[in-house]
Amino acid sequence: MKNIFKKTHYIQLTPNPKNTNEANVPTGSWIKCPNCHELIYKKALKDSDFVCGSCKKHFRMDAESRLDSILDEGTFLEMFTELKTVNVLNFKGYDEKIKALKTKTKLHEGIMTGTGKIEGREVAIGVMDSRFLMGSMGAVVGEKVTLLVEMATEALLPVIIYTASGGARMQEGIISLMQMAKTSAAIKRHSDAGLLYITVLTDPTTGGVTASFAMLGDIILAEPGSLIGFAGPRVIRDTIKQELPDGFQTAEFLMEHGFVDKIVHREDMRSTLSGLLKMHS
Amino acid sequence: MKAWDRVLKARKKDRPTSLEYLDVIFDSFIELHGDRLYSDDKAIVGGLAKLGDIKVTVIAQEKGKKLKDKMARHFGSPLPDGYRKALRLMKQAEKFNRPIICLIDTQGAFCGIEAEERGQGEAIARNLYEMSALKVPIISIIIGEGGSGGALALAVSDEVWMLENAIYSILSPEGFASILYKDGSKAPLIVDEMKITANDLLNLKVIEKIIDEPEEGIEVHFDQTAEVMKKALIEKIEELSLLDKTTLVNRRYDRYRQFTYE
Ligand SMILES: [Zn+2]
Repeated sequence: MKNIFKKTHYIQLTPNPKNTNEANVPTGSWIKCPNCHELIYKKALKDSDFVCGSCKKHFRMDAESRLDSILDEGTFLEMFTELKTVNVLNFKGYDEKIKALKTKTKLHEGIMTGTGKIEGREVAIGVMDSRFLMGSMGAVVGEKVTLLVEMATEALLPVIIYTASGGARMQEGIISLMQMAKTSAAIKRHSDAGLLYITVLTDPTTGGVTASFAMLGDIILAEPGSLIGFAGPRVIRDTIKQELPDGFQTAEFLMEHGFVDKIVHREDMRSTLSGLLKMHS
Repeated sequence: MKAWDRVLKARKKDRPTSLEYLDVIFDSFIELHGDRLYSDDKAIVGGLAKLGDIKVTVIAQEKGKKLKDKMARHFGSPLPDGYRKALRLMKQAEKFNRPIICLIDTQGAFCGIEAEERGQGEAIARNLYEMSALKVPIISIIIGEGGSGGALALAVSDEVWMLENAIYSILSPEGFASILYKDGSKAPLIVDEMKITANDLLNLKVIEKIIDEPEEGIEVHFDQTAEVMKKALIEKIEELSLLDKTTLVNRRYDRYRQFTYE
C-alpha cells in the first residue's frame, strides 16, 4: 500500500525483450531446450516448426519459416518492400542500426507482408519477426500493415496477421504511436466491408501492437505459452513491487480471461486456419 | 523554452486538471458513470454538457487534486474499464448525434495485474478502431500530459489540440532515456530529441492547434485560457458539424493515414 504514495501507476509502450522462448544458440549443432533441458538437433528444429519434440515448447520462429509452414508451397508473393525506414526524429545511430539489421536478418523490416494461399484459398498475410528490433512498430511496420489491410479490403480478401512485437518503436517517437491509430482505422474499414480478419498472437506480443491490430481480430488465435500483454511483466513488477502470479500474461491466461478464442499448437495451425477460412467462404 | 521546462510545467502540482476546465468551459454537466461491464473507473469522467448552445458529450481524464482523490482516480491512469466507459459514452453520442470533446491528461494507461486481466490492450485497441469511424465530430485537447497509448485511446479525433505547455509522447522522457540511453536520469538532456512539445508536434502534423498559456502561469489566469478554449471549441465544432458524415469520417481516416514517410 505504501508504494502507492511514492509512485503513480502508469504504463507507456515499451519494447520488452524477453528471451525465454528463444531457441537461439548460434554455435554447435545441438541446442538444449530451456524448458525440459532435452538436447535438440538444430537442423531438425526447422522440420519440427521450432517446437521441442519432447515437451512441445514453442520457440520463436522467423517470418520466412512461418510463411513456409502455413502457406501452400510457392504461393507467397511478398509486397510493399519498397518502403524505406525514415529517421524522422533524426535519432542518432538509428539509420546504421536499421541497415545492420537488414543485412543480418535479410528482412526488409519488422514484418513481411503479401498474399499467399492456404489449401487453395487466397489470403492477405502479414508475419512479424521479433529479430528485427523486437518486431517494434515504426512507420514502416504500420504502413505495411495498413497497405496490406487496404489491399485486402479492395480485393475482398481475408487478412491473417501473426504478431510478434515488443510494442512501439522508440526511435520513431510519436510517429510510432500514430501507427496504432492508422492500422486500427484500416482494420475497421476491412471489417465494415464484411471481411474476415484473423490474428495469431505469438511470443511476445506486447505494447502498442497488442493495443492496436493484435487485439482486433474477428478471431484471435494464440500459440501456447506465448507472452501476451499490454505492459511488459518487468514494467509491471517494477511498478507494483510485487511478484507476478504464475502463468501471468501467457496465452493460457488470456484465454482464461476471455481475450483469446483458441490456443493452437503450431502443428495444427495450418489446418485450423484453413478450417476457419472455409467457414467464411 | 526548453522541452524539459515544459515537462515540469505539464506535471506541476497546481496545474489545473480536467474538472476545472469542465467547470468553466461547459454548462449543465451531467456525469454518467460506468462501463456496463465491470466498474466505474474514476480516472475518466464522462457525461453530457452544453458547450454554449451545443449539446455535447465530454470525456475527460482526471488526475485528482488531494491525495485521497488522486488515489481514487489512480492518478489519472485509466483502467480498461475507463476506456470502455469512454467508448460507451462515445457510441451514445453518435446515436444522439452529439459532438464529442475529450480532455487528455494522463501519464499513461494503468499498469497492474487487474489492468492486464481485464484486457488493457484490447480496450485501447477497441477505442482506436471505433473512434476512427464515429459519425460525429471529435476534438481532443491535451491539457497536461499525453502519455502514450493511454492518451491516444481518447485522441483518434478530427482535430487534436495542445496547451502550450502540455506534452504528448510515446513514452515518458525518463522511460525513453532508460531504454535508449540505459539511464533514466538523462531525461532532461535527451528530451528535446523526443519531440514532445506542442510546437514539435504541430510541425509533425500530430496536432492542429496550440492554445497559448499566460506567461504568469496557467493557474494564475485560468479562466482566461479556458474561455479561449471554449470559443475555439465552439467555432471548430460548428465548422465540423457542417460536413456530411462520410466526409467527416474520411477526413479523420486521412488524418492518421498521412503518418507515412518514404
Ligand atoms: Zn523441451
